[in-house]
Amino acid sequence: MKVVCTLRVNGEPHEIAIPPHWTLLEALRYELGLTGSKQGCDKGDCGACTVIVDGRPELSCLTLALGAEGRDVRTVEGLATPQGLHPLQDCFDLNGAAQCGFCTPGILMSAAALLEHNPSPTREEIKQALAGNLCRCTGYTKILDAVEQAAARLREARP
Amino acid sequence: MSKKLNEMPVSNPNKGRTFKVVGRQPRKPEGLKKVSGEALYTDDIVLPRMLHAKILRSIHAHARIRKIDASKALALPGVHAVVTGNDMPIAYGIIPWTQDEYPLCTDKTRFVGDGVAAVAAVDEDTANRALELIEVEYEVLPAVLSPEQAREHPEIKVNEKAKDGNLSKHVFLEFGDMEGGFARADVVDEDHFYFENTTHAPIEPHCAIGQYDRNGVLTVWSSTQVPHYLHRELARVLNLPQNRVRVIQPLVGGAFGGKSEPFDLEFCVAKLAMITGRPVKILYTREEVFYSHRGRHPMEMTYRTGATKDGKLTAIDAKITFDGGAYSSFGLVTAYYSGQLLTAPYQMPAYRFDSSRWFTNKPACGPKRGHGSVQPRFAFEVQLDKIAHRLNLDPIELRRRNFIGEYTETINGLRITSNGFLECLDAVEKASGWKERRGKLPFGKGLGVAGSMYISGTNYPIYPNEMPQSAVLVRLDRSGRAVIFCGASEIGQGVNAMLANILCEELGTALADVQVVSSDTDLTPIDLGAYSSRVTFMCGNACIDAARKLRKQILEACAEKLQTSPEDLDILPGEVVCLKDTAKRLSTPEAFQLAEAKSGSLAATGSFKTNPLGGDYRGGTIGASPAYSFTAHVAEVTVDPGAGFVTVDRIWIAHDCGKAINPILVEGQMEGSAYMGCAEAIMEAQTYNSKGMHIGPSLLDYRIPTSLDTPEMQSLIIESIDPEGPYGAKEAGEGPLHPSIPAVANAIFDAVGVRLTRLPFTPAVVLKALREKEERERRAAPAAAGGQ
Repeated sequence: MKVVCTLRVNGEPHEIAIPPHWTLLEALRYELGLTGSKQGCDKGDCGACTVIVDGRPELSCLTLALGAEGRDVRTVEGLATPQGLHPLQDCFDLNGAAQCGFCTPGILMSAAALLEHNPSPTREEIKQALAGNLCRCTGYTKILDAVEQAAARLREARP
Repeated sequence: MSKKLNEMPVSNPNKGRTFKVVGRQPRKPEGLKKVSGEALYTDDIVLPRMLHAKILRSIHAHARIRKIDASKALALPGVHAVVTGNDMPIAYGIIPWTQDEYPLCTDKTRFVGDGVAAVAAVDEDTANRALELIEVEYEVLPAVLSPEQAREHPEIKVNEKAKDGNLSKHVFLEFGDMEGGFARADVVDEDHFYFENTTHAPIEPHCAIGQYDRNGVLTVWSSTQVPHYLHRELARVLNLPQNRVRVIQPLVGGAFGGKSEPFDLEFCVAKLAMITGRPVKILYTREEVFYSHRGRHPMEMTYRTGATKDGKLTAIDAKITFDGGAYSSFGLVTAYYSGQLLTAPYQMPAYRFDSSRWFTNKPACGPKRGHGSVQPRFAFEVQLDKIAHRLNLDPIELRRRNFIGEYTETINGLRITSNGFLECLDAVEKASGWKERRGKLPFGKGLGVAGSMYISGTNYPIYPNEMPQSAVLVRLDRSGRAVIFCGASEIGQGVNAMLANILCEELGTALADVQVVSSDTDLTPIDLGAYSSRVTFMCGNACIDAARKLRKQILEACAEKLQTSPEDLDILPGEVVCLKDTAKRLSTPEAFQLAEAKSGSLAATGSFKTNPLGGDYRGGTIGASPAYSFTAHVAEVTVDPGAGFVTVDRIWIAHDCGKAINPILVEGQMEGSAYMGCAEAIMEAQTYNSKGMHIGPSLLDYRIPTSLDTPEMQSLIIESIDPEGPYGAKEAGEGPLHPSIPAVANAIFDAVGVRLTRLPFTPAVVLKALREKEERERRAAPAAAGGQ
């Protein structure tokens, strides 16, 4: 039996009919066509499905879609604006921080949430913030470089 | 062999070249799609009327299938079809001589997780419910779970492909005068090593979609890294002509060798699509990714190495036993690689190896990044460190003294061209402060070094044929846009960027004007796949071949227009310029249009095929490669002697990649490799219980490093400029993994004085070794020293 679920994703309201046990990740990927958020393990181990819910990074594979009703959900598709890419996105591309790119959407959302709360994170703080997102390609070095560079750009843009 | 092997290049056309784009362009063609969530991976593709399928897997390590009753599953509303082993009775396998797997088990299951039946239903939930309704009657058979058991119990036949008991492959090769080598050795060291089973764990689980259209064409989208071999095997197993099969490989979310052969899901989606007439998708669960495995073979290794007192190697004798799991996979090659790829960067006057791969009732092992040679490299580089210590020689100096040189041949007949290993040693020595710091750090802190070499592609295709191993088609549009069609698999390693950079260099196009269409057997010319670190060398050369044909046409047309000769023109980013009169310029679109007007629509193909290489003996071509990369690492560790916990603080990675076409991506490969090796050194282990069940098939239980577990890494690119590589380039994706593990082991010795020879170096292992060392020292100390 499906139920109606009302979600607000990247600022847009959506009304969808889903089985009540569906996760937020399933709702995003299967109903809303937001395939940027990835399914890597389905049990909260890898972080590829990370989205920002009410300003905090959350694992959408462990969040029930119905549990996200009335909350503000942001996915990688909402990171860029019509004015252009989020500095994190550009710096990830420039620094080779996305190799296969599969963990990238989740890492970008964890990093975006970090920079919103802490505009000048140390390298150690970046590592802490990304510790729930597994990357198997990069060895993280280029990711940490990219987040540092993006943080610097954001600070310059908002003196 | 009729053709002459191992001819050395007569000149190096790549030396001294300067570049306009190569080495300077950090971005990649699909980069912005990957950071915006627009990049499409196989599971992101949804087709109209698509069904979802699931595979029922064996709960026994070894069991005969007596009966399968799927009637209740078929009766469940929403279920469209069930297939079992009998529906696909043709065996497959990546190596043509060892095809021993079936899409679903036909007679018996050989490991916990072996596929038994597949269900297609309207959605995943229904398919999962249907799996529970399939009744399988098993006759449980005794299982063998280790090479020892496999050897002792030939009557328990794991895999009928084995001619002799459970022996999957045995290789014995000897080169040089072993007896004489050991006779003239001043020191001989013999040690036993164990390399644990580890797996690839790409973040994207395997996924495939099958579609069978009214023209009788089967299309399979798959997260494979070998679309061409998948194409061939799908046709053979499903009894379709090859010209009725198309394989499309979307972007792949990590592979590392774990997706380099066909898997059950690809055959199942194809068969179910043919039966139902609807597209069918299978997405592995993370648990299934662990069962598909093909990861690093666990190896028990004994190395006996002789050296003179000035540190020159005299003879090396290796005996290796490895656990292959239930199927052959690439095992034939692994057995050879375990010995063949150790023969550089050090001169070996005499060398022998004796490798045996055994079938056991566990998921099959196969090629993980650094296929077959990571384990022996660990053992040998630790042994070299021991010998250096025994001879009171600096371990870097010992390695320098045994350097094999460039433009030479190894004892087993591998042709070495460019070789930047000494520069690699120099670079890590300097960057790590080796001379000032080694042996002088406080107890608990240490430095260790190790070196290695790796192939830039296997010299021969998996099935013998005379056709190109890689080909590229480039089409230019009069707008200035260019499209590169290439069969190469983009798995995150950066092949698209490599190809685009070559085109930009040769034709002046901007990166944003290049589209790379890759890995679609209908649209793209052949490439054999992303394995054996072959892509840059082979596709890169094919792309240069295609681009230069177009470059010639463009320059001729522009010369006519500018009333000069083609030799006086150069192509720069965005334009063609007359070198004698720089006022004479044409934009890239103008140049393309002139060429199109002169010679018709602009397109060119390029191909690459290797020349005969290798040793002139049975197996001598396995390990042959057109070029070899070389690597040296220094690792710095902190060992907590109280808790046994090893922290790898930093790894300096120097890698001779020939020429870095995209240095950022080369560094990414170096760092990713070192990270993966370091993880194998200190934490990763894929293990099974006494019934053959995987212990913890999840990313929580099979721990891979997070950002907090990964060392700081410094990449030091060494460019030896290979004479035959594209612009001098060689591989970068696998070689840099090898030295991490022995470098960490050697650093632990420097830190706390214990030799660890069994992986991984967990706190329990480290503590045990420390306790044993204390015990030895207590016994060795004279009683008087105790204060009596």
